Amino acid sequence: MRGVWAVMILLATLLILALAALAGWLGWRRARRVELVSTGHHDRLHSRPVYHGLYVAIWTGVPALLLLLLWVAMQGTVLQALLLASLPPEVVEGLDEPARAVIVNEIITRAAGNALPGEPAPYIIEAVQRLQRWQAMAGMAALALGLAVALAGLAFAWKRLSPGFRARRAVERAFTWAMLVCASIAILTTVGIVLSLIFETLRFFSMVPLTEFLFGLRWEPQIAIRADQVASSGAFGMIPVFAGTLLISAVALLFAVPIGLLSAIYLVEYASSRFRAVAKPLLEFLAGIPTVVYGFFAILTVAPAVKQFGDAIGMPTAPNSALAAGLVMGIMLIPFISSLSDDALAAVPKAMREGSIGLGATRAETIRQVLLPAALPGIMAGVLLATSRAIGETMIVVMAAGIIATLTFNPFEAVTTVTVQIVTLLIGDTEFDNPKTLAAFALGMMLFIITLGLNMLSMYIVRKYREQYD
Amino acid sequence: MNNGEQTDMRTTDAAQARQEGGGACSETGGDCKFITRNVNVFYGEKQAIFDVSLDIPDRAVMALIGPSGCGKSTYLRCLNRMNDLIDICRVEGTFLLDGEDIYNGDIDPVLLRARVGMVFQKPNPFPKSIFENVAYGPRIHGLAKDRTELEEIVETSLRKAALWDEVKDRLHAPGTGLSGGQQQRLCIARAIATRPEVILMDEPASALDPIATARIEELIDELKENYCIVIVTHSMQQAARVSDRTAFFHLGKLIEEGPTEQIFTAPKEQQTQDYITGRYG
Amino acid sequence: MTEEDKQAKADESAASAQHEQARQASAGQAPASAAGASASGDGGSTSSGDAAAGAVQRVDWHSPEMLARLRRRHAANRRMKYIGLGAIVLAAALLGILVSSLVNNGTSAFRQTYIALEFDLKPELVNPENMRRGKWRRIVKEGLLRALPEEYRQNRRLARKVLKIVSRSAPYALRDHVMENPQLVGRTISFEVLAADPFDQYNKGIIPAVIGDGEKQRPNPRLGGPELVRAFEILKEQQRVSMPFNWGLFFHADSRLPETAGLAGAIVGSFLTLLVCFVISFPTGILAAIYLEEFAPKNRLTDFIEININNLAAVPSVVFGLLGLALFIGFFGVPRSTPLVGGMVLSLMTLPTIIIATRAALKAVPPSLREAALGVGASHHQMVFHHVLPVAMPGILTGAIIGMAQALGETAPLLLVGMNAFIPDISNMGLTQPATVLPTQIYSWADSPERGFVSRTAAAILVLLGFLVVMNALAIWLRQRYSTKW
Repeated sequence: MRGVWAVMILLATLLILALAALAGWLGWRRARRVELVSTGHHDRLHSRPVYHGLYVAIWTGVPALLLLLLWVAMQGTVLQALLLASLPPEVVEGLDEPARAVIVNEIITRAAGNALPGEPAPYIIEAVQRLQRWQAMAGMAALALGLAVALAGLAFAWKRLSPGFRARRAVERAFTWAMLVCASIAILTTVGIVLSLIFETLRFFSMVPLTEFLFGLRWEPQIAIRADQVASSGAFGMIPVFAGTLLISAVALLFAVPIGLLSAIYLVEYASSRFRAVAKPLLEFLAGIPTVVYGFFAILTVAPAVKQFGDAIGMPTAPNSALAAGLVMGIMLIPFISSLSDDALAAVPKAMREGSIGLGATRAETIRQVLLPAALPGIMAGVLLATSRAIGETMIVVMAAGIIATLTFNPFEAVTTVTVQIVTLLIGDTEFDNPKTLAAFALGMMLFIITLGLNMLSMYIVRKYREQYD
Repeated sequence: MNNGEQTDMRTTDAAQARQEGGGACSETGGDCKFITRNVNVFYGEKQAIFDVSLDIPDRAVMALIGPSGCGKSTYLRCLNRMNDLIDICRVEGTFLLDGEDIYNGDIDPVLLRARVGMVFQKPNPFPKSIFENVAYGPRIHGLAKDRTELEEIVETSLRKAALWDEVKDRLHAPGTGLSGGQQQRLCIARAIATRPEVILMDEPASALDPIATARIEELIDELKENYCIVIVTHSMQQAARVSDRTAFFHLGKLIEEGPTEQIFTAPKEQQTQDYITGRYG
Repeated sequence: MTEEDKQAKADESAASAQHEQARQASAGQAPASAAGASASGDGGSTSSGDAAAGAVQRVDWHSPEMLARLRRRHAANRRMKYIGLGAIVLAAALLGILVSSLVNNGTSAFRQTYIALEFDLKPELVNPENMRRGKWRRIVKEGLLRALPEEYRQNRRLARKVLKIVSRSAPYALRDHVMENPQLVGRTISFEVLAADPFDQYNKGIIPAVIGDGEKQRPNPRLGGPELVRAFEILKEQQRVSMPFNWGLFFHADSRLPETAGLAGAIVGSFLTLLVCFVISFPTGILAAIYLEEFAPKNRLTDFIEININNLAAVPSVVFGLLGLALFIGFFGVPRSTPLVGGMVLSLMTLPTIIIATRAALKAVPPSLREAALGVGASHHQMVFHHVLPVAMPGILTGAIIGMAQALGETAPLLLVGMNAFIPDISNMGLTQPATVLPTQIYSWADSPERGFVSRTAAAILVLLGFLVVMNALAIWLRQRYSTKW
């Protein structure tokens, strides 16, 4: 049973931790005794007793816990492979991979004690029992192996302790490694993103040709899953989805960039310090509102208002028009752009401002002719980041934009976006074996590449810009 | 703020100052450009300048010296109302430029700053070409009718700043690409281009090497033929070299003012002597 | 007074005054052209004479052309100022509209309509041995009919319909109440039951009894007909209808019925998810930041790490959801929809925030402290962990809280890892049990077709914003309380 296995793992973790603590205390006591009786130079401790303790504790705990973690991560995959191999050949034969996965999933679900509709076949019952037995065995094995490794670590460390042993150095080296590993998680995350996207994207392109995805003018994933007409129907063309993304982002930026930039100009150049003290937190609050709130605001207030407005001026307006979603996204971006422009303007040296004012220029002349040109790279970088955010923004469009991909540039119509498609394709139970799910990963890959490019460009501009004034 | 009352007080103060003014300047034989009386400056609660009264002669160099933090820069920045930029800064007292109270509500700081130019401690050319840097002032003030006239102004200003020969072939290269000393002369040319009457210099050579400093000092010497120059400096040698009159500030107070020669050879005040002989500062 | 105010005032009065001066000045001399012409100082001047004109051409600043130009320049400046002010006011107004529309819709959900009725727990309807199988719906119906006039009891169609006034959950609530107090069987008890959602909204004035106007007026179909509205009014006249504070919003789990749906499951789920996120990202983030700030040699690897961190901070959140789906759920087999996988995904997203904040806090520790520590013989590690880290801790905590606040509001990646489970019962929540969180709960409610969920959603948003405000206030307080000026 899965329960036994989980209990074993938990027990092993706790036992190893306890053992490490005990080992640490023993190591500390041993060193402490030496320290207390030490008389001269020859038997003086190189490191304080606490480092001796830590050294032993690290050797006892860390390798064993790492092993356990690896075990937990790998066990599922290994057991699945074993399970598949152990199934009667007449059952598995002739089945493709998805069908096999269905069988394996059924066995795993039943083994976990969850009910499924229908009476299981006899071979499944057998497999369930086998799996439960294996899982129990695996738990036992993990417990035994973990404890063995912990004790081995303890013995190894214990033998190395001596008054002259440089325990502090060793402990510090271990800490440095731990820190380096933590720092590398940033890289691992990127690698993880890239790998998980590439892997699924490649599987997608094995079903749908790349050219069709890149240049196709129709996006109808829901229909395509029905039959094996996928490739021929050409329902996975990303052009309309990207056009929709660009349309909504453009509306958002056209709205947010002027307002954000102008308010930054006012805050930096005109506002009294008291006004700033009120307005800045207000903008920060606006920036801290979760996007799901903006999404609800869009469907509750903005979309009806936009529809009313559109109908009033004689434009047939969809209830989930691109204009409404774009406007709300713009509201979300205002504080973002304002704060980045604020930073860019404030980064222009004071001397520049004074030089211009000192020549008798008005504030407006100083802003237009000196500050804006000087801050332009910073502002550009901010706008690029804002664009990347607009393209990657999800909840507002999921709630306020359409699901059907329409190739149009009329903001009063409903369009869909990359992120909307990703969420709608993946929400609910997902299997990684049909082009519908995999299409979401292909879209995600595109999204990642585009936003990464925009971010890198923005970072590059900022870096070049900084050099100018340092 | 009780503006009306303040303006009234200013008017009477100004009238009084106008009457008594000019005494100090007549020693140099010139006219008084600036007459300042009972100047107090506050940064929030903190008082930075205490009751300073000082006359500044036209067509001469007035040096303001003193240890750092003595208020000399603050005083200088009152002369073209640069202190207006600082929210918490409050200026009291009378400042007469050619008999006109520059803190009077009728005076437009924009015009004032065109008449009273300023050169800063660190060269601060705009991120534009050399030509555009110099043309900036004339352009915003509308001093040139057409492109030819603008070019003329730029050339004249660069010549006066002794920079023309060095940059005439690359007028459209960025101003930030010049050396430190050239940049500072560019800033002086930029200030001259609006045809000011007064040039304020806030330690104009402190960021420069000795050779560049010498060039700036030569330039100051030439410029004083036509302009009233007020220079704040850290270096007493510089004050002694370039100025006609020197004022010594200490802890926000004006300790002593007089012809440079007298200040450096026979100061009346003990504090001045201590500073000049290097006891502190 | 700022310079601008002065300037603006000066512009009004000065322009005319100076103009006057200038005219007087130029009356005696030939009118000077705006630029280039040599004019002698300004009109009011007494000291600068014509002698000055020799070497330097002076500008006549007070010529009409110059003054007109000046007026234009000041006007342009004022324009810019007011446009900027307008932009800020617009942003503030949008924020105001957002908050007020949420408050308008949300506040009504903080109260809930109850109807007090008498129920006759006849033994033939409730078997004390097996109360679960009792005829609770009938008891509730009879309780309603007892309070209503004769006509409702006579008309069988109406008698069946009246149950629509109370929540579908009312029979279960009554059952649970009686099961806890078995001695009540056989008695007539007074008990408050929830009103059904349409009547709750009718009672709050959100929906009217009659819709359409003029000729097309008709009873609101959502209220099930005019008879029911009349019945509700009768109950109201009998003082049976009350509207107390809606504790259920905080203590009930999710439900398909708007009137019984609460946030308890989402709040617990958010707490568990943030717990996982914090446990992973806080130590990892601090150690990573310490390494990069204090120990890292300047080489390609650390450069690459830095670029990665900055990039991760700007990767769209939905991509992290894809990562969680493919890697954590698909590859490592972490159970789907659980706080464990949600917390793992969020911790990757919070990591850059914590690393960046920690590095800033470490940078702010003055070198003198480091030198002092090294000076008394501390090793580099001891210096960092014993001296620098404690001093930087408030700054680090501030960053961590802000990171957690961001994580609390994150929605899209959690949707992808399935954290929008329907949790009608909070007794069985755990790190590896399916759960939902506040933002995904908001999303699900916003998606629900029932009208009653609109105000519920707005109220849930207000609760979420409340949490965020508290967290941010805590961060600000922490920053100010422990900020040391060096």
